[in-house]
Amino acid sequence: MKHSTFIWFFSPTALAMLLFIAFPIVSVLVQSVHAPHKAVLVEVETCTPLVGCTKETSIDQEATRELREKKPIGRFIGLEIFTDRGHLAISEVKEIWSGSENFNEFFKKIGNLPFYRAMAFTLTFTFVVTPLVVIVGFLVALNVNALHERIKGVVVFFSLLPFVITPLIGALVLFWMIDSRGILGSAIQWIFADPNLSLKASTGLMWISLIVYGVWHAAPFAFVIFYAGLQTLPADQLEAAQIDGATRTQQVRYVVLPHLMPLVSFVALIQLMDNFRVFEPIVGFNADAHAQSLSWFIFNDLGGETRQFSSASATSVLTIIGVTILLLPVLRRTWRDFMEKST
Amino acid sequence: MTLASKRRSLSLRIIIYIFAALWLLIAAFPFVWTFWGSFKVELDFFSVANWTDALTGERTIAEYGQPFTDAGYEGAWIKEEFWRNVINTFIVCFFVVCTSLTIGTLGGYALSRSGYRYTLILLIAALIFRAMPPITLVSGYMLPFFEWNVWGILPTTIIVLVAINQPFTLWMLHSFFQNIPKELDESAKVDGCSQFKAFRLVIIPVMWPGVITTGLFSFLLAYNDFAITSMLLSEDNRTMVPQIAAFLGTTYTEGNVMFAVAAVVSAAAPLFILVMFFQRQIVSGLTAGAVKG
Repeated sequence: MKHSTFIWFFSPTALAMLLFIAFPIVSVLVQSVHAPHKAVLVEVETCTPLVGCTKETSIDQEATRELREKKPIGRFIGLEIFTDRGHLAISEVKEIWSGSENFNEFFKKIGNLPFYRAMAFTLTFTFVVTPLVVIVGFLVALNVNALHERIKGVVVFFSLLPFVITPLIGALVLFWMIDSRGILGSAIQWIFADPNLSLKASTGLMWISLIVYGVWHAAPFAFVIFYAGLQTLPADQLEAAQIDGATRTQQVRYVVLPHLMPLVSFVALIQLMDNFRVFEPIVGFNADAHAQSLSWFIFNDLGGETRQFSSASATSVLTIIGVTILLLPVLRRTWRDFMEKST
Repeated sequence: MTLASKRRSLSLRIIIYIFAALWLLIAAFPFVWTFWGSFKVELDFFSVANWTDALTGERTIAEYGQPFTDAGYEGAWIKEEFWRNVINTFIVCFFVVCTSLTIGTLGGYALSRSGYRYTLILLIAALIFRAMPPITLVSGYMLPFFEWNVWGILPTTIIVLVAINQPFTLWMLHSFFQNIPKELDESAKVDGCSQFKAFRLVIIPVMWPGVITTGLFSFLLAYNDFAITSMLLSEDNRTMVPQIAAFLGTTYTEGNVMFAVAAVVSAAAPLFILVMFFQRQIVSGLTAGAVKG
């Protein structure tokens, strides 16, 4: 295809991505190093006879508005927001580092800083949910593959539901069930014989609930991918293994698993990316008292009456950096594959 | 696999079916339960006394004289005017799917037919964009949108969702077009067609399966979005999902949780119908990306 024709075909989508993905990233970067203008203060001297003169500082509304209109982005403050207490909290971390006697104490104190607490949850969620999704998806795929042809379709239909459901809605459906008055909530109370047990009350239980939601939501995705992979499993390999006397676990271990390995890495990478942005379940589970994620921070800064663009932007930049680090292996692989293909 | 299945022992087969039943229960039961419970009153759905109340509807009978009531739906759809949000959602989804398929098809076709190095750079850029959590972009949108006075209206949100959709659409259609033999449009070009005419006459008639699959995923993305729609739409223009989130704030305090439950069931219903009719396309779409790598 000629360059000029390519440009004609590609320009609409390129324009859309440039304007609404690339520019916003730049805009986020710029906003993260700016803060709103300070109010312009004026000193007014009011003199009343007999009492005398008093000096008052007040906000010069007009000048402030003018300044804000002239330069809506605010004033440049450099990396101040990144290092403040709500984000990387550099000075606090240094203080804690010099003040703590061992690593345990250090990590405990770091956990009280909001950014690191959110980071801890985001990373825990990402690295617990991802392997669980792969394992559950694999087991279900093996299982469904062994079912009778007729009921496979039905099972696939119901399996897809948790995956296509709107994340917020899925989270709410589970949340209402684990409510202490909901069916799962009362079942758990009954099992542990503790009528006051509530998943909402403790941080640990809330984290577990969120992780359960994460696995429930994403396992069908892994299942579908692995199930499709099982359909392309060469039958002669399996037969050869059986003739050689391999047990069922050996067959899975030495024939099925190596065949599915590329799919496992695909699912794991997609899941890493998606779980890192965990956000809707925290809103749905009303869990922000116990678990915050980086995405939730941004949401919280932007919502409400006072929209804190600078703080949200700084968190966004940090999130983007995190995603990029997670993505590096995929990028390298894509590059390598394409190079192999083109040479 | 016939050989293996013949040799399966009875106990193994029982384990397999128990496991499958368990999985079905985990995947489907929450929806069945919520659907059933949405026709009850709050004291039944969240039952302190006895969990079987949610099945039999003791309190619902006491209040309405029958075990089922549509009070939650009436409250959500009529009193809270949820139908407005439903209409908004379908407006947004319709335009997002149409626009992103139109420009995505052109772009994906171009990527699949051009062998130059820049196609790889564009695809990798698209992959990076796909990985960006949409909410990180929102703070980049808000200030300019306030300045230009376009914040809060549906068209803005539609355009933003189209753009966010593009990376995925491009990847999917790119790999789909690569499976359509190049010789088809090459031969049309030899016969004197321009590239665009070749695309129109030769490619468009055979591209529909891939386009429909991609369209389904565009629809799901637009329908399921919460981060963008909740931040970029004003209160009057909300779609279903942000409206449900807004319900949560008000209903817990006012004791109208059943409105939210009814709204959740209403919003989930279209997705069920979608899966019912397009199960095969969804599965093939998911696997297309994976098998390609």
